[in-house]
Amino acid sequence: MDTLDLARWQFAVTTVYHFFFVPVTISLVAITAGLQTAWYRTGKEKYLRLTKFYGKLFLINIAMGVVTGLVQEFQFGMNWSDYSRFVGDVFGAPLALEGLLAFFLESTFIGLWMFGWDRLPKLVHLGCIWMVVLGTQLSAYFILAANSWMQNPVGFRYNAERGRAELTDLWAVLTNKVVLVTYPHTIFAAFMVGGAFVAAVALWHLLRRPTVDREVFRTALKIGAVIVLAASAGVAISGDQQGKVMTEVQPMKMAAAEALYETEKPASFSVFTIGTLDGSKEIFSIKVPYLLSFLGTGHLDGEVKGINSLQQAYETLYGPGSYSPNVPLAYWTFRLMIGVGMASGAIALWLLWATRKGRAPAKWLIWAVAPLPLLPLVANCFGWIFTETGRQPWLVFGLLPTASGVSPGTTAGEVITSLVGFTILYGVLAVVEVKLMLRTIRGGLAGTDTPAPGSAPDDSESAEPLSFAY
Amino acid sequence: MELTTVWFLVIAGMWTGYFVLEGFDFGVGALLRVIGRDEPERRATITTIGPVWDGNEVWLVTAGAATFAAFPEWYATLFSGFYLPLFAILVALILRGVALEYRGKRADLEWRGRMDTLIVIGSIVPAFLWGIIFANLVRGVPLDNSYEFVGSLGDLFGPFALLGGVTFVAVFVTHGAIFLALRTEGVLRERANRLAGRLGAVTAVLAVGFLWWAQALRGDTGSAIVAAAAALALVGGLVANRFGREGWAFTGTAVATGLAVVSLFAALFPVVIPSTLDPQSTLTAVEAASTAYTLKILTIIAAIFTPLVLLYQGWTYWVFRKRVVVAA
Ligand code: HDD
Ligand code: HEM
Ligand code: HEM
Repeated sequence: MDTLDLARWQFAVTTVYHFFFVPVTISLVAITAGLQTAWYRTGKEKYLRLTKFYGKLFLINIAMGVVTGLVQEFQFGMNWSDYSRFVGDVFGAPLALEGLLAFFLESTFIGLWMFGWDRLPKLVHLGCIWMVVLGTQLSAYFILAANSWMQNPVGFRYNAERGRAELTDLWAVLTNKVVLVTYPHTIFAAFMVGGAFVAAVALWHLLRRPTVDREVFRTALKIGAVIVLAASAGVAISGDQQGKVMTEVQPMKMAAAEALYETEKPASFSVFTIGTLDGSKEIFSIKVPYLLSFLGTGHLDGEVKGINSLQQAYETLYGPGSYSPNVPLAYWTFRLMIGVGMASGAIALWLLWATRKGRAPAKWLIWAVAPLPLLPLVANCFGWIFTETGRQPWLVFGLLPTASGVSPGTTAGEVITSLVGFTILYGVLAVVEVKLMLRTIRGGLAGTDTPAPGSAPDDSESAEPLSFAY
Repeated sequence: MELTTVWFLVIAGMWTGYFVLEGFDFGVGALLRVIGRDEPERRATITTIGPVWDGNEVWLVTAGAATFAAFPEWYATLFSGFYLPLFAILVALILRGVALEYRGKRADLEWRGRMDTLIVIGSIVPAFLWGIIFANLVRGVPLDNSYEFVGSLGDLFGPFALLGGVTFVAVFVTHGAIFLALRTEGVLRERANRLAGRLGAVTAVLAVGFLWWAQALRGDTGSAIVAAAAALALVGGLVANRFGREGWAFTGTAVATGLAVVSLFAALFPVVIPSTLDPQSTLTAVEAASTAYTLKILTIIAAIFTPLVLLYQGWTYWVFRKRVVVAA
């Protein structure tokens, strides 16, 4: 493998790993803030206890999100220096905005929230967690604006002399039609994960310790399941819009997602197709007529372009070369994103039904605990792998091929070192964090009932001597 | 003033903010097992930085992002050129961050001991490597005419760089000790005060030596004056520490750290990375910069939001201003 392949693998591994934690952070902090608000307004103790319990899980998760994000920030310069030179003028601005507006807000107010339980007035303390929510939303928006620019470059001019893209309109970058649909889709997808996590943890407690804190966990289960259902609807609606924008700005990606070789009008949606491995021939398929036309264009008889005609068009535009991404990968990740994600919505619906009107969930529902949150998490990964590999061979669509972005001076040995290093480190950290999560989940609501001084949600042992009793 | 210069100053300011703030939490981390002799003491030691270390680290994230935005060429050369040291810094910061956050999540002492070790290593290693990197920036590195680093790892570890590494560690440890003296009560306070006094003498010698050498390599009257002021502030801080005036002592080491970083940037300007191969391939701020439009937008954004950030970060320090005591 050469430096380019290694750098791509490293980017894929580290980014997907970062994105295990990101959706949980985005949604869980908002859910925690909602619970704390409920406590503030109603004064009901169960909301306080849930705030502290899920807040603790949120803190365990975000610690990983933060440290893996650091790698992302450095990686552009380390492995993709020519890419950085090419896009810095445009891409840097949203990234700098993210740092200045979002990360400072997040990190500072998390500190205040964590250690401020007994030091800040209740309302101010509540305000702190909402500031963290604001931070995560801004962070997601700016980084997605940066990513959307790579999918659909706008608001720039190409400077041939310097060989780089230069910003001409920041507003155009921040209101790129791609980010306007990507942001809601990603946020809804994140809420599917967080809602499912809240529900699954509650379900586990209801099944394993039916007599302990039953009412509190019933509330959590309902809240979580309803969030999953609402977010599923949001994901489907925003995903449909994304499909339309994608057909417009990256028709090749849509064609690859559907393994559509010849232009069709009207086009049918393939539910399931088995083809030869290179995707050039169809062996067996189930198709829904007109559906693809509708998804891609909004009309039942709209035309959807096929890979072959797009390839020809791109050759005239950009010169000889292959302009289609890995078709089976795009095809399957697209379907798995939708299928796997929606399966979790179905489980959530079932759980709501199974626990209606005070009913206790049946014992055998224990099988649902793990898949419920893992399915939407996996769906998120598939979605990103689809989006990012579907952009290939471009790094910045139509402007910069992936091969031209890699650092020219960086050696394969250096990239191997960091790729292996991060992979091992991330593997070990995954074990540590999952174990800690499970431990904390098993610990349940113990110690969450007293807003006593010094009982910041990070110190699990309220019996411990207080190190900061002033 | 020309926008390129403004942004050179902003970037210098970000790094200065990063080293002044994270400097003391690196120091506290490094001293964790020296100042805290048992679990309650270590817990109190960590508590002094608990609410703020993450916010301090964001200065690094923002310095990186701002460099990317305002000087893409600088960002690209810096981060790809110092590949392996930066990789090591990342690993260390990851371990440190996780250890700081997970330490208190389990009660058993073995777990906490392991996390403490990671905190100590994760604080010393990045401090040392940042010293190596900044010393190399001042001295210059082998860049070819497309501003790509063409040297080897060994080139980065010359005597001047090693002195830089050791000096950074020493300055941060002293800065951290003085911060601990300011933020704790009782036995921890006394211990930190005494330690700062003893370390301070060594640190002062190292810092003066390093800054002197840096100015001899590259620098003008202006940067030399800043470096001298840094040395004076350090000595002033140490004297204040001697008399138990912790507020003044901390102001002294904070100003000293800040001015020392400023003096390095002042010595560099208008260059951002000097090439040791050919003066033609030296990268300057103007060559590395983004377009005037981008810099103008960035200026507006920074002018609005930087004061806001300073305001709420300052407020955090105010909220957690009371001294930490070890529970009996
Ligand atoms: C729980 C996760 C999840 C679920 C259930 C879905 N998605 Fe999704 N999808 C994502 C999580 C996701 C994602 C990981 O968040 C992506 C990657 C980039 C992005 O914007 O969102 C994504 C990308 C993505 C794209 C690619 C956009 C582009 O590359 O320009 C399209 C067209 C869709 N989705 C469409 C859908 C549709 C029609 C869905 C169901 C009805 C759907 N998604 C369900
Ligand atoms: C929003 C910010 C993001 C930016 C700026 C970004 C940028 C990039 C860059 C520079 C590459 C390397 C070049 C390439 O191979 O195309 C890449 C590849 C990749 N990214 Fe993203 N990415 C972002 C988000 C994500 C997320 C959240 C995921 C997944 C969870 C992801 C998954 C991937 C994968 C799987 C690849 C490898 C694709 C390949 O090499 O074929 N990306 N992305
Ligand atoms: C490849 C591009 C990416 C880069 C360069 C990046 C950078 C970072 C950095 C530096 C941090 C740590 C901030 C801190 O120290 O507090 C971070 C955390 C975060 N990032 Fe990413 N990130 C990327 C992809 C994404 C994407 C695609 C999203 C969301 C859609 C996202 C959302 C977040 C959020 C919400 C956090 C805060 C907490 C957490 O990670 O759990 N990031 N990111």
